[in-house]
Amino acid sequence: MTSTSLDVERIRKDFPVLSRELPGGRRLVYLDSGNSSQKPAPVVETVREHLAMHYGNVGRAMHVLGAESTEAYESARDKLAAFVGAPSRDEVIFTKNASEALNLVAHAFGPHLWGATEAADPRFALGPGDEIVISEMEHHSNIVPWQLLVQRTGATLKWFGVTDDGRLDLSELDRIVTDRTKIVSIAHQSNVLGTVNPVAAVLRRAREVGALVMLDASQSVPHHPVNVAELGVDFVAFTGHKMLGPSGIGVLWGRGELLEAMPPFLGGGEMIEAVWMDHSTYAPIPHKFEAGTPPIVEAVGLGAAVDYLQGVGMDAVEAHERELTAYALDALREVPGLRLIGPASLEQRGGTLSFTLEGIHPHDVGQILDDEFGIAVRVGHHCARPLHLRFGIPATTRASFYLYNTTGEVDALVRGLHHVQKVFA
Amino acid sequence: MIGESMYQELILEHYKHPQGRGLREPYDAEVHHVNPTCGDEITLRVRVGDAGKIEDVSYDGQGCSISQAAASVLHELATGSTVEETLSVVDEFTRLMQGRGQVEADEEVLGDAVAFAGVAKFPARVKCALLSWMAYKDAVVRSASR
Repeated sequence: MTSTSLDVERIRKDFPVLSRELPGGRRLVYLDSGNSSQKPAPVVETVREHLAMHYGNVGRAMHVLGAESTEAYESARDKLAAFVGAPSRDEVIFTKNASEALNLVAHAFGPHLWGATEAADPRFALGPGDEIVISEMEHHSNIVPWQLLVQRTGATLKWFGVTDDGRLDLSELDRIVTDRTKIVSIAHQSNVLGTVNPVAAVLRRAREVGALVMLDASQSVPHHPVNVAELGVDFVAFTGHKMLGPSGIGVLWGRGELLEAMPPFLGGGEMIEAVWMDHSTYAPIPHKFEAGTPPIVEAVGLGAAVDYLQGVGMDAVEAHERELTAYALDALREVPGLRLIGPASLEQRGGTLSFTLEGIHPHDVGQILDDEFGIAVRVGHHCARPLHLRFGIPATTRASFYLYNTTGEVDALVRGLHHVQKVFA
Repeated sequence: MIGESMYQELILEHYKHPQGRGLREPYDAEVHHVNPTCGDEITLRVRVGDAGKIEDVSYDGQGCSISQAAASVLHELATGSTVEETLSVVDEFTRLMQGRGQVEADEEVLGDAVAFAGVAKFPARVKCALLSWMAYKDAVVRSASR
């Protein structure tokens, strides 16, 4: 089975690692892109070329290399803005990763409590009686920053539940999101279930009560066409390493007027306008949120990743993964004792499949798949422990697909699972 | 292949048919240990009789084959030996597990536990093998301080 618009064999040739041999002569079957994706040669080459020939610090060096480096860094911002449909390039903040982007936004709340000099914007004022809403399917990076925030401010953290088939439970939407809610922050696509969440329904309710909405789009931006303006939310976080880019670079997109109203996150070089001994004023966005020397080469590499994805076409990436997911859902159904954790249908779901095998611990599954077949999956709670507690299981095995995966690799996974069951029979 | 050196028949046998599993009375100390990276956990009790002889090691928990089999082997090795003897086995087992596969196992001291030698090559799994053994060491120390 091949996609009409994506030539997977040609794409695989762009990823050097996919043709390497693992110790013992095994071929690599990489089904762990939800964890971190592999990198195509153009990204590797862009990073190498920048480091070798154009490297200098950005935004301050008055020489050729500084200018070239700044140009490359800022043009990566342009590429990212265009890639996610940001109305303005200045709304794209480079962070270390999605976690930092989420922490940055959480940090903006409650400044009146620690005596910020500017009058705090009431949308970010947070204290006892105020509420923040997240969901049971969140990655720890969209849980812990909010837990820390409610500890600092005395606000309350509320949760959407998850249904048995792995969907966001919105049956009590109006009871959970109330006029006390200041922000709702949920995953766009679950990193365990694969579920794509109904943003519009949540957004509608949040707008009714005047709450802000943030999306953790770490698992959606790499795999689907995402347009932040069309989504209509306030903040979107995602990370470079899951979308063919280097690690160490992430993105926060936020609506400009909100970013302007927020206090700075980290203080340091480049984020200031002027510094006196008794106070400082801050640079306009995006630089207000980019203290210190940023991950320059990483941003440039992410720009190249975006170029690559746009060359393939995000519609084609999405269609290819959809075919793989349909194929895998059918194939996994044939494995006895396999329990899928997440939607069994293709509707509103991406290419992330988590499951348990009866009587066999995921660590044993992952170990044997790797040792004997070179199949890389992720095992454990995937940084979503509350979700696993919800399903009454300590851990799952997760296969996650990307544009370079094939139905042959799904077949290899199924053969591997049958072998695992033989070992523990 | 690499995997087969880790999943020794003896380990699989203990995993499928764990020895001494289940919490029993009487006991002198009970401990609960977890491995936060994978969620494996064990509750373990020891009963120490006259002359420092281990009369029973009982346990319950959940986890992968390595952690469960290690608890089963521990039960067999420890029960009936003296505290002192068992602690030297624990030390040797720990030395083997933390040896990155470079340490020659002393089969005379370790008995069946030597089957875990292959695990030492997998840093991510060493904690699985050590979970129950560390819990045991902790329980013995606590029983002595009673």
